[in-house]
Amino acid sequence: MEDTGTVLAFWLLTIVTIGSALGVAFVRNLIHAVVFLVVSFMGVAGLYITLSADFVAVAQILIYAGAISVLMVFAIVLTPQDERKNAEGFLRLPALALAMLVAATLIFVAVDNGWAIADRPGFEETASLIGESLLDKYVLPFEIASVLLLVAMLGAIVLVRPEGAEDDE
Amino acid sequence: MPVLSRAEVFLDAWYDLRDIGNAVGELQQQIIDWGAPDWVPYVVASLIGVVSILLWTILSVLAFIWIERRVVGLMQNRIGPNRVGAAGLLQPVADALKLLFKEAITTTNADRWLFWIAPIAIFIPTIVVFAVIPFGEEMLLADLNVGVLFLIAIASINTMAVFMAGWSSNNKYALLGSMRTIAMLISYEIIQVLALLGAVLFVGSMQLTAIVQWQLDYDVWLIALQPVAVVAYIISGAVEMNRSPMDIAEAESEIVAGYHTEYGGIKFGFFYQAEYLAGFAITAVIVTLYMGGYTLFGLEQWIPGWLIFLGKLYTTFFIFIWFRGTLPRLRIDQLMAFAWKFLLPIVLVNVVLVGGEMLLWQEADLSSQVAIPLFVAVNLAYAVAAVAGWAVMLGHAAPERTAHRAILTREVGSIHFGEAAPNV
Repeated sequence: MEDTGTVLAFWLLTIVTIGSALGVAFVRNLIHAVVFLVVSFMGVAGLYITLSADFVAVAQILIYAGAISVLMVFAIVLTPQDERKNAEGFLRLPALALAMLVAATLIFVAVDNGWAIADRPGFEETASLIGESLLDKYVLPFEIASVLLLVAMLGAIVLVRPEGAEDDE
Repeated sequence: MPVLSRAEVFLDAWYDLRDIGNAVGELQQQIIDWGAPDWVPYVVASLIGVVSILLWTILSVLAFIWIERRVVGLMQNRIGPNRVGAAGLLQPVADALKLLFKEAITTTNADRWLFWIAPIAIFIPTIVVFAVIPFGEEMLLADLNVGVLFLIAIASINTMAVFMAGWSSNNKYALLGSMRTIAMLISYEIIQVLALLGAVLFVGSMQLTAIVQWQLDYDVWLIALQPVAVVAYIISGAVEMNRSPMDIAEAESEIVAGYHTEYGGIKFGFFYQAEYLAGFAITAVIVTLYMGGYTLFGLEQWIPGWLIFLGKLYTTFFIFIWFRGTLPRLRIDQLMAFAWKFLLPIVLVNVVLVGGEMLLWQEADLSSQVAIPLFVAVNLAYAVAAVAGWAVMLGHAAPERTAHRAILTREVGSIHFGEAAPNV
């Protein structure tokens, strides 16, 4: 947060991120909400760049703006139109309570945190550092995550398999 | 001071031309000397970069529309555009003007906002890609540490834009086309990442300038070390730019024009331009990563780097025109099966192979004179073995040699090649 350029970029990106996040919450059309979400993801990626975390920023665009959004689009397109208009359902109050709880936690953490400013300079290149720590110090969590993803994939295949499909072979 | 000979003057002028990238650097220095604040030279340099990239892309696209139509015309034994201007040279200009002045229709039931945003959303990423491409030694807009990943990430945004176009049109063909595109892009993105990973593993950096420098240092193009990856990348690139053998997203005979069925005028122009730009971007990546970028085995001392780069770019782009002129369109299931069953295993093994080679190189402490020819031989052998072997294993049967008597079936009125006429 030293030079004017970074500060300007920070505020612009913050406005874009929060503005489109509000759009996600208030727009009635689900597809529009996903588009706003993509813009919000890109704003977050820009914020990562101002923190000199280039690898995380690009991964954010690749995974969230590129892949997760498409996943959401598929989920929306494959959901029948009738089941989408459930904003007036009986889960309204519990959902509100849960959302308030999450919001309260986030606000508490944000206020309670001292927000220490890092005094060290930005990393020269984060990609190799991340790669080294993923395959060295954090190799076990990394591998477990990949196994978890594999299990999720197999589970999805099992779920959509019709009854008695193995008899066809 | 000795009088310069004509040849020396010529060489000097030529050298200045070569330094077109440094000219911007000198301008920057000049601005600093004038006492401008720190940010002014950066803004000026990036403005020059952005404007020149925009101009270059527009001119190249216009030129290549003409070249492609003439070349495909020759390949298909017809003439192609030859009326507007000399040899039809002004045809693309006329087409562009027509698109500009046409009414930009929005259909009644279209989702107005998305319908307008989609062409822009598809156009911007394709032009942003060129920011990280080194056109010459000093000629690139942003020298990112994560350049290769950036290319893939920016290309992945296209998926969403295509969906926006297809969905907002409120047209079943458009929606079908965009769904096809999404399925295709997601499948081939994996191939693309794995193909580029080989080059990144060899160089040990995702910075595009570092990759070019590596190829210069070791005097070898990565295309020799990564033949399988290059082929896979060219194929997945053809998918990404939606060109003819893989243009099932806009297969005229099946779904009209796919996701841009409802678009007309300049909005369609954006899609058209974005398609070409994606083509140039893919080719620029191939040239930079696999063909030495702006270097040419020492010849870059004499020829401007950007000229070498553009020469390679246009030559490589010709491959895609050739594709379009010769290959028939694939079916969607064929295309998906090709990605998952054929390309993915081959490219995956290629990555493992490269990893093993790099390990060997470092652990056995080989000199580059030994290592690189060895790896070239191994990888070339693997390329041939993998493509041929996997194709045979996946059921590319040898053609039947036994001759059959042609039988004219009276009932159907056609010729069957077989032992007996079928029961009809």
